Amino acid sequence: MTDANASILERAAETAARATPAPVAARVRGLSDKAVAWLFIGPTMLLLLAINIFPLIWAIYLSFTNYRANRPNEPIKGVGLSNYRRILGDHDTWLAMQATAHFVFWTILLQMLIGFALAYLIDRKFRGHAFGTTIILVPMMLSPAVVGNFWRFLYQPQIGLFTYIVSFFTGIPPTEIDMLSSVTLAPWAIIIVDTWMWTPYVMLICLAGLRSIPDYIYEAAEVDRASNWRQFWSITLPMALPFIMLAVLFRGIENFKMFDMVNLLTGGGPGSTTEVASITLKREAFEKWRTGFSSAFAIILFVAVFGLANIYVKVLNRVKSR
Amino acid sequence: MSSAAHSVIEPSATSKRIAGGIVVLYAIVSMIPLFWIIATSFKTPPDSIAYPPKVLFTPSIEGYCNLFTTRTRQTADYINSLPPATSFCDETTRKRNMVIAGQSNFVPRFVNSLIIAFGSTFCAVFLGTLCAYGFSRFKVPLADDLLFFILSTRMMPPIAVAIPIYLMYRELGLSDTALGMILLYTAVNVSLAVWLLKGFIDEIPREYEEAAMIDGYSRLQSFWRVVLPQATTGIAATAIFCLIFAWNEYAFAALLTSGTAQTAPPFIPTIIGEGGQDWPAVAAGTTIFLVPILVFTILLRRQLLRGITFGAVRK
Repeated sequence: MTDANASILERAAETAARATPAPVAARVRGLSDKAVAWLFIGPTMLLLLAINIFPLIWAIYLSFTNYRANRPNEPIKGVGLSNYRRILGDHDTWLAMQATAHFVFWTILLQMLIGFALAYLIDRKFRGHAFGTTIILVPMMLSPAVVGNFWRFLYQPQIGLFTYIVSFFTGIPPTEIDMLSSVTLAPWAIIIVDTWMWTPYVMLICLAGLRSIPDYIYEAAEVDRASNWRQFWSITLPMALPFIMLAVLFRGIENFKMFDMVNLLTGGGPGSTTEVASITLKREAFEKWRTGFSSAFAIILFVAVFGLANIYVKVLNRVKSR
Repeated sequence: MSSAAHSVIEPSATSKRIAGGIVVLYAIVSMIPLFWIIATSFKTPPDSIAYPPKVLFTPSIEGYCNLFTTRTRQTADYINSLPPATSFCDETTRKRNMVIAGQSNFVPRFVNSLIIAFGSTFCAVFLGTLCAYGFSRFKVPLADDLLFFILSTRMMPPIAVAIPIYLMYRELGLSDTALGMILLYTAVNVSLAVWLLKGFIDEIPREYEEAAMIDGYSRLQSFWRVVLPQATTGIAATAIFCLIFAWNEYAFAALLTSGTAQTAPPFIPTIIGEGGQDWPAVAAGTTIFLVPILVFTILLRRQLLRGITFGAVRK
């Protein structure tokens, strides 16, 4: 068919479509809106069902069995709730949860304090603040695994740069600072790397919060001669709070799941001092091959993240609507 | 009216200078590890483990030589009997009483990273754009619940997801294949893509499409010719976020790939030389791995906030 013919046909179809009532027109012109909607949304839903929901259901099933992935031919035996009972009654599980809580608490606290302070300073809009912001943001874009791995080098006793700098400022001999093998220092080694990496993230969200506060509120406060201190506590902080909480939510979920950086830095060691929940899960599932048991643990973790996030979102919405 | 020195919206010159000073100091300190990675990649192995750590050193590309090659130790007699060295890498290796035995796995692993990152990004952005348009423009039953479901798939700890995926891929023959990893990363990234793109598409006025449809465009035509061109910035930003995630991902890659489909993140930590980790080679691999991310961060700086909060915060 020639182009001229096609355009004549097209014009004819257009005229026909315009003259006909809407539902008929929709059929003539192509798919109905409803069909388009499902055509557009369907594939994503199918993919998520196949890659996320189906495996999740499988994991729920396995969590009630004694299945071991390294012995696929052994018959699968249902064990009821005993996996769950064993996990919740197990002392090691609670130690892993404690290690996770310690990690999450300190990383969030440090990142919030430093991140908010940086955002507050950047909001002074000194010359070059945009460039400075971009530079500060770089660490959070890097691979936690690849960069975490390199921090092992910085933490080496004696030869590591971090060790050297600490010993330079404290006078402790550099051979005695072993961040990764010391039981007391290892949890802080992972907290330092995480804080270095993710403070920019918190800073960026806090900065958005500070910038969302309209100038006229401060202007009004200045007319009332409110001090800077007073303005900070009664304007800046409350109005930036929803943003700060959003940052806590995102960092909390991410750090609760933390695996890559810790796995490469300490692998959960020395002993089990930095064994956060994901590391325990990996040891159970992919080293001891207790698939049924670890599935139950995975489900418990998922329910915990999901539950906490849900509660948190509710609180967040309440703060926002205030 | 109080003086400018007391104002929050109009900070005084001094307070600006102090704020700038502290921020610059923080930026410099936080750049030290990155600087050290790049510096170490240009050191010789003895320089890299010197005490005190060497800030000034004679640059060498030995780390890069070691990254791309495997070497074997040989006797001095054997090395002397060889024809003269043809390249710098040859020469340095021989000085350490070794000869180059072959290519290392770095290039294939890097290529895997490229294939998997680009493949999964393309799929996630394609599916995400359609899905986001669907949610943005049509009345979908239970839309909020479905959107929350899409987001919640991202909350699962990767190791928890990896257990059943490992079993499923073993049954389907997808273990250690690029296709398996592309599917998995697409599923993880599509949630980000839907949430981000829905925000971007929501911002395009519906009137544009309605006008196009009055002019005789079908729904699909108006999507293709009106909405997509308007959403290019958003799609590009989303694509870069997906690319960065897939590029950086470690947990799934470490557990589900071991050889043919292994990506760079699980490979780089395994680079070892004689007597432990070959830090200049690790640093060289890390440097090459990080350069694309640095470029993308600078390209993305205006969209970063939106990307990292799943579109919850817009400037």
